Amino acid sequence: MSSRDDILASIRANLPRVDRPLPHVPLFDDDPPASLLSAFKESLHRMGGVFLDPPTSADILAPVRAKIADAKIVCSTVPEIAGSRDIAVVDAPRDLADVDFAIVRASFAVAETGSVLLSDADLRVNGVAYLAQHLIVLLDPADIVVNLHHAYRRPEFRDRHYASFHTGPSATADIEGVLIHGAQGVRSLSVLPVARAAGTPTH
Amino acid sequence: MSTIRERIDSAMLHPELRAEGDPDAIIRDGRRLDHAEGTSKPLRPAPEPQPRGAKVRGNRPIDQQEAAARFIAATEHEKMHDERLWDLRQKRDREMHGIPEWEELRSLASAIKEHTLTHLDGYLDQFEANARSNGIHVHWARDAAEHNQIVHGILSDHGATSLIKSKSMLTEECGFRPYMASVGIEVIETDLGERIQQLDNEDPSHVVVPAVHKLRTDVAEVFSRTIGTDPGNSDVHYLAEAQREATRPLILNADAGMTGANFVVAETGTFVVCTNEGNADLSANVPKLHIASIGIEKIIPRLEHLAVFVRLLSRSALGSPMTQYTSHFRGPRAGGEMHVVLVDNGRSERLGLEEFWTSLKCIRCGACMNTCPVYRRSGGLSYGATYSGPIGLIIDPTFNARKYSNLPFASSLNGSCTNVCPVKINIHEQIYAWRRVLVKQHEVPFVKKAAMKAAGVLLSRPAAYRAAIAAADTALAHLPRFVIYNGLNAWGKHREVPHPPKQTFHSWYHANRGAKR
Repeated sequence: MSSRDDILASIRANLPRVDRPLPHVPLFDDDPPASLLSAFKESLHRMGGVFLDPPTSADILAPVRAKIADAKIVCSTVPEIAGSRDIAVVDAPRDLADVDFAIVRASFAVAETGSVLLSDADLRVNGVAYLAQHLIVLLDPADIVVNLHHAYRRPEFRDRHYASFHTGPSATADIEGVLIHGAQGVRSLSVLPVARAAGTPTH
Repeated sequence: MSTIRERIDSAMLHPELRAEGDPDAIIRDGRRLDHAEGTSKPLRPAPEPQPRGAKVRGNRPIDQQEAAARFIAATEHEKMHDERLWDLRQKRDREMHGIPEWEELRSLASAIKEHTLTHLDGYLDQFEANARSNGIHVHWARDAAEHNQIVHGILSDHGATSLIKSKSMLTEECGFRPYMASVGIEVIETDLGERIQQLDNEDPSHVVVPAVHKLRTDVAEVFSRTIGTDPGNSDVHYLAEAQREATRPLILNADAGMTGANFVVAETGTFVVCTNEGNADLSANVPKLHIASIGIEKIIPRLEHLAVFVRLLSRSALGSPMTQYTSHFRGPRAGGEMHVVLVDNGRSERLGLEEFWTSLKCIRCGACMNTCPVYRRSGGLSYGATYSGPIGLIIDPTFNARKYSNLPFASSLNGSCTNVCPVKINIHEQIYAWRRVLVKQHEVPFVKKAAMKAAGVLLSRPAAYRAAIAAADTALAHLPRFVIYNGLNAWGKHREVPHPPKQTFHSWYHANRGAKR
């Protein structure tokens, strides 16, 4: 017998003879926050992320431009900002190891946890979101869901091969509980609310 | 404020400013400067060296008490460990109070797991079919040896000789790193805590924070020996940054990447990996080849169920609303290759243990460890097993009833573990049940067994019990210490026997209430 058949046979021989129906999972959305954007911002800050307040000036991307002004290598996967490293010609993920800032757009965000979902379609090369020193995420305020129950109804989890919730930057407290940002991945994660350009697909 | 880079440079440039074992001292011409109000000697003694874990001698029963006693004797280690884990427990409580539906989520999580485990064959079948149609190669391993051989085979097929991996208790269970070392494949752990443990040639002491038993000075010692940091510098930022810099080239040049999985979704063929460092995503997304080792009990039916577990996991584990990264792998990336190894290693048999099968609900959050007074005071390595703390007490004996026969006794049965478990495993009841099973199987040492047998005889005869209690109380009040505190009375070790009451409850009742009947 193959290992597969062996294991399945052993499971069948040992299955507990008890009736355990699958429960219905509610959406737990009876009491949503007044503003999803404000709730998201607060959750993001708790998790060590930075919320970039949209400027009052005409240049809505000014906070991003200020952040990357001194950066040597910027890799952008969004049409709003041109980077200095074209991700379309990246051969292998390791070629992104010298990127200072990566700029991407989130598929959507979760108010409950302050998470942004980045899929393989958003990142183009998945490694860019982890190899860059810093990550800047554009988020359409219309793309925020209230909690994780709503989040898991989104199509990305059925369509994409890779999708990751980023909730703040890479962090560790493995030594005596001292919190460190940038354990292995990005040292900072900033989110700027910017509506998608008209005609851009949401996923 | 100086940048991390500057701090590293200054630390590297001026080692002569630091005394051996006292980072506070300024040394000139070999002498400690003590001008002004400077102290002439270190007043805070340097922390003791890290106590090592239980002595493992083949199949012989692990002496958890002996290793725990050494950990307790290391006062600085014990204090930090105890306070750090209790802090995690308190953060967990804070998160629990922040979610009105918390108890409902626990009930749902328990019900979903019990449903899935009682239909495990069907859901595994469904996962396999969906994962295959997404382009994932699915393998099945009966045990640890087969798991290691399968992974070795995949690596050999690709000519891979170096592997970066994220933390996985399953691979610890499988003795994966020693096996890979024996076949000449370099394994690099990328989780900071796990990397510390790997470099120190020591097992993880906790399922979520593997190096939680180490002080920063211990880490400084390990890193100075292995990655060349300044032995006198135990600044945590410096140590973490040095590790990042040392590991990054290994990540970039690795031939293959490996992760575990926290959850597996049958309906979509997805596996989910949760980390705070992003190291699993580096391991999975930088090399072309990604292998995931997954225990068969990790499966849940649908995405809507995943929401329940993701909401509970990090809140229970660390008191944080979410892990920094929660990544969903449904298929290989363009030009990449993805393999899943589904591992049984005793799980299907555990499913048949009527009193113990619900231990398979465990999502490895570690909340039971953080809350356990025995674990917090004795350190995870004292258990001498892959799984420590309360969950370890009920899982380890399924791997080896003789070797881990003492572990179910490392508990006060206070039930705190059961109260914090996000999937409602009746941990303390299973600990008690294991004691019974192990005594029946003659895996419990003679002294413990003789005492329990005597207690059993007494407890089954109410009159004899009452007489014995009254006699024991009288005896305890009058016996010399050496009779009470000797090797035969485990309760007298490291603790005072309670003051005997002047009267037993029965004699009090007889005198005060009995007459009224």
